Amino acid sequence: MQPPGEEAPASGEEAQPLLSARDVVQEFTVRDYGGAKGGVVHAVSGVSFDIWPGETLGIVGETGSGKSTLARCVLQAPPPKAGAVLFRGADLTRLRGRSLLRVRRHMQMVFQDPFGSLDPRWRVRDIVEEPLVAYRAGGRAARRRRADEVLELVGLDPGSHGGRRPRELSGGQAQRVAIARAVALEPSLIICDEAVSSLDVLIQAQVLNLFERLRTELGLSYLFIAHDLALVKQVSDRVAVMYLGKLCEVGPGESVYREPRHPYTRALLDAIPGTSGSGRAAAGRPPIKGEPPSPIDPPSGCRFRTRCPRAAERCAAEEPVLRELASGHAVACHFPLEPPATPDARPVRLGSTTTRSV
Amino acid sequence: MSDALLEVSDLRVTFPARGRELRAVDGVSYSVYAGQTLAIVGESGSGKTVSCRALMGLLPPTAAVAGSALLRGSELIGLSDDEMRRHRGTDIAMVFQDPARSLNPTMRVGAQITEAIRAHHNAGRAEAREQAVELLRLVHMPVPRRRFTEYPHQLSGGMRQRVMIAIALACRPRLLIADEATTALDVTTQAQIMELLLELQDELGMALMLISHDLGLAASYADEVIVMYAGRIVEQAPAPRLFARVRMPYTEALFEAIPRLERPAHSPLPVIGGRPPDMADLPAGCSFAPRCRGAMDDCRATAPPLAEHEPGHRWACWHPVNGGTDAAAR
Repeated sequence: MQPPGEEAPASGEEAQPLLSARDVVQEFTVRDYGGAKGGVVHAVSGVSFDIWPGETLGIVGETGSGKSTLARCVLQAPPPKAGAVLFRGADLTRLRGRSLLRVRRHMQMVFQDPFGSLDPRWRVRDIVEEPLVAYRAGGRAARRRRADEVLELVGLDPGSHGGRRPRELSGGQAQRVAIARAVALEPSLIICDEAVSSLDVLIQAQVLNLFERLRTELGLSYLFIAHDLALVKQVSDRVAVMYLGKLCEVGPGESVYREPRHPYTRALLDAIPGTSGSGRAAAGRPPIKGEPPSPIDPPSGCRFRTRCPRAAERCAAEEPVLRELASGHAVACHFPLEPPATPDARPVRLGSTTTRSV
Repeated sequence: MSDALLEVSDLRVTFPARGRELRAVDGVSYSVYAGQTLAIVGESGSGKTVSCRALMGLLPPTAAVAGSALLRGSELIGLSDDEMRRHRGTDIAMVFQDPARSLNPTMRVGAQITEAIRAHHNAGRAEAREQAVELLRLVHMPVPRRRFTEYPHQLSGGMRQRVMIAIALACRPRLLIADEATTALDVTTQAQIMELLLELQDELGMALMLISHDLGLAASYADEVIVMYAGRIVEQAPAPRLFARVRMPYTEALFEAIPRLERPAHSPLPVIGGRPPDMADLPAGCSFAPRCRGAMDDCRATAPPLAEHEPGHRWACWHPVNGGTDAAAR
């Protein structure tokens, strides 16, 4: 294994994925407490995916699906129990200390709560400059310049915002600071864990547009994690659906939405409130019953089978593997849904006659 | 429609803020009818939550509340705590966003429900217990008798919210206010809780008020939708009508900013700049004017009144979308 240098080799960049996860497994041991059962939490159980340069992979999942744990596995914080995480071909799980730090500078993370991830006592400019200090990137003056530059890039005024402290900012502005900090070191991959979920819809749209602009201007790749499928699809080239520590469906965003093949994806789509204003009369199919089982004691075979309308004996006995049913569209299900006969068989969730100018 | 269950008129709530007056709710009027689902939609700080807490007498003592809220003819504004207590639970109940924080972590679930029952009824211990189990059954709690003896931390978020709803329903309120009650829940759990609320509404004939930032949720589940901005109602209409014929540019901006599944990936979302105004220093005219693409001089001079321009459709705008007519094909 070649320890990667300061700059990863530029050659062969298109030939290999930027990031690959191979059978990543993460487990935690928890003790019993106050009547709640302890044991081993199977947070991530054998997840594999690739992210190509310039690509955005979205991961959608509900609470407890392991999506945030997966993000942390990628960053080696903490490293996964088993499996490999390859960044430009180098296996991060085998790297330690300085060599890991050198690779990790190319991956940055943006979290859900900007106020929780920014030091309240620091000024905005120092927060953005900190990664540059940590990686000894340039002299003091150069770092200042870079900090101002990225603040401009995310739409903040270095003059008026640079000297403020996080609590003097709105939620959207604080999230911009977190994004500026993430791009300061010119990473090639940004991992967003529910990065816009706590923002109001108008601010959320501004931040989503900012992510898109940075993607095209800086050629970034994203691992974009959220519980909101519509949000994930908006920014992603490919979407992966995660349930109880496993991926159940991966494919181009459009085909996952138009032709979901996994019953869980279908259930997620059905549960999203539409904006057709249909009122309760057309509130859609009945929601799936029950709640996800505990990851301490996941069901045998297919983990969704306990809530699945299509579950049969085979689902309990045999674990379905992720297999490609259409080009680039893979599903882990013994009895996948048939694609709709016509492309428009799926009811459009927009007011039927409205075509708003976009 | 029959007489209103709740009639709110010119509700105003102000807070003192560093010597100034922060107008959180600025002259809000609406009616809620029995069996109806009314959604109040707005961003953080739009006054949607404050206006509802004012009805329940749940605001801090520094808040100055004016105006009127008649619940079946009796005034709620200005009541003392003791007088208010007679209405809480029996007339109006509320379910909050975070069930983990609303429940007492050191008390068993069952005890918290029986406490609510016994606070309002002269029920004996055994009788209250039976009623509590019955309530858990009503909210479709799996294995209600076992859950009865468990603590909140042993339940999932969805189950905790079911417990909160059970407590809210303990005295069969006529009006249930759900303040972002499903916001913290997963989308499949949200769908289950919304189905439950609508089912209970039918069963018990109560009115439901959904306070939410989520226009999609309002569109899917409400009969009537109110949109608030900077402490005022800016648009109100039956849900299907509002979403087909939006009039207020703010509502339209909210609509367009929502990521939607139909939209192609990477397409830029139409956004408006700026931020909601400082509630202690509202602009002279329309409070949305500084951010509005269609704002003109008259918008900045005089605030447009909220008026019923079309049957059942109220909006506050001098220059509504499409000129306020349906002539233009959308």
